[in-house]
Amino acid sequence: MSEKPATVKCLVWDLDNTLWQGTLLEDDQVTLPDAVRELIVTLDSRGILQSVSSKNDYDLAWAKLEALGLAEYFVLPQIGWGPKSNSVRTIAERLKFAHGTIAFIDDQPAERAEVTFHLPDVRCYPADQLLTLAELPEFSPETVTVDSRRRRQMYQAGFEREAEQAAFSGPDEDFLRSLKLEMSIERATGEQLSRVEELTLRTSQMNATGVHYSDATLRGLLADPGHEVLVTTMADRFGPHGAVGVMLLATGADVWHLKLLATSCRVVSFGAGAAILNWLIDEAAQAGAHLVADFRRTDRNRMMEIAYRFAGFTAEPCACVAGLAEPGAPDIERLHLVPERRDPHPTLQLTAPALAADHLAARA
Amino acid sequence: MSDQPTTAPVTAESIEQALLSFLEERTKTAVPPTQDLFASGLVSSMFAMELVVHLEQHYEVAIVGADLKLDNFRTVRQMTELVLRLRDASAAVGGA
Repeated sequence: MSEKPATVKCLVWDLDNTLWQGTLLEDDQVTLPDAVRELIVTLDSRGILQSVSSKNDYDLAWAKLEALGLAEYFVLPQIGWGPKSNSVRTIAERLKFAHGTIAFIDDQPAERAEVTFHLPDVRCYPADQLLTLAELPEFSPETVTVDSRRRRQMYQAGFEREAEQAAFSGPDEDFLRSLKLEMSIERATGEQLSRVEELTLRTSQMNATGVHYSDATLRGLLADPGHEVLVTTMADRFGPHGAVGVMLLATGADVWHLKLLATSCRVVSFGAGAAILNWLIDEAAQAGAHLVADFRRTDRNRMMEIAYRFAGFTAEPCACVAGLAEPGAPDIERLHLVPERRDPHPTLQLTAPALAADHLAARA
Repeated sequence: MSDQPTTAPVTAESIEQALLSFLEERTKTAVPPTQDLFASGLVSSMFAMELVVHLEQHYEVAIVGADLKLDNFRTVRQMTELVLRLRDASAAVGGA
């Protein structure tokens, strides 16, 4: 029982007699305890998202949250008359969070029981436990980075973006261009690595190797002249996406070996993986090195396999692969590409180090 | 169009028609079957990935290995040929 429980990624609040004291439809003068406001701000700063599931009149309840200065803290509020299990399920689906990462707080035992009955993995808390939540391990993430502190804004920008995309008529690329996407690839620093650690912990979907590289391992390779540890961040006109990708690249004279490429599922739809590969292929072409990428198929990283294949990687054998150390696991495939110069990505503006020039200079 | 496997007879014409309306719905643009979708900027490489998954689910084929290359997805006609070839191959293996 000593194992730390999984961190809660979203807390869903009941309103009447949980978030505020009183029943809004009976008494407009509900009161908000200071401690509740502090809790909301604290959880927000830890990168835990918060939402609402309340049986109430939507317009009235949302206006009250606005008047209390709290509306901005909540994503995807579910205020209406349907079962709360439906609200919680909807929130989890829209956020793409597993039920085990959702918590629900309500003063009514019957509401908690209803949620538990339909969604047994959701953790339910009675309202009288409210003031202890911030002390609980599941509400205390180990790392809190610049990205977690603004996670809520990043999700809110994401919802705005989705709404615009749904309303956008015209070619796909025109929409992507309208976002004014900026991608920055940088050599990692210690601070960036903690953002990446969180990324690799939180998303397994786009990890092409399926191998977890620990913070300590990556940190140990920062100063290694034979390795590049690269962190990708993205932003667009709605705001920052934060750190969205990490690469571990072994740079030999004849072959560059991509040992790790992981990108956040938040930016998959902007072609982030393809854009990173496009840049890497162009740099490898300039360095005159072949490219080899480790790939282990999981039930969640199909998109990464497609990204490699569409970039031109194949399973055809090449002598350069023989010189590499054996893969760390028997089910790791090695995909290969003889790089040629590439055009810059059509829909995003890229800033990146001159990898090829640096390596050629180091060898000169 | 849903991603449920289709029950209607699958022919080159039916695949082509279904793909054209899928693309038109997504891009709000009428697409000729031989237009290069990528060169024209009509679809991003990301949407191409979506097309892979869509074809697999709708026509119950697995697009893997060497078939998984961008050239097979450049035009509606090329995608149609790929789906027909994979369906014929799996029918032959299944002895149908």
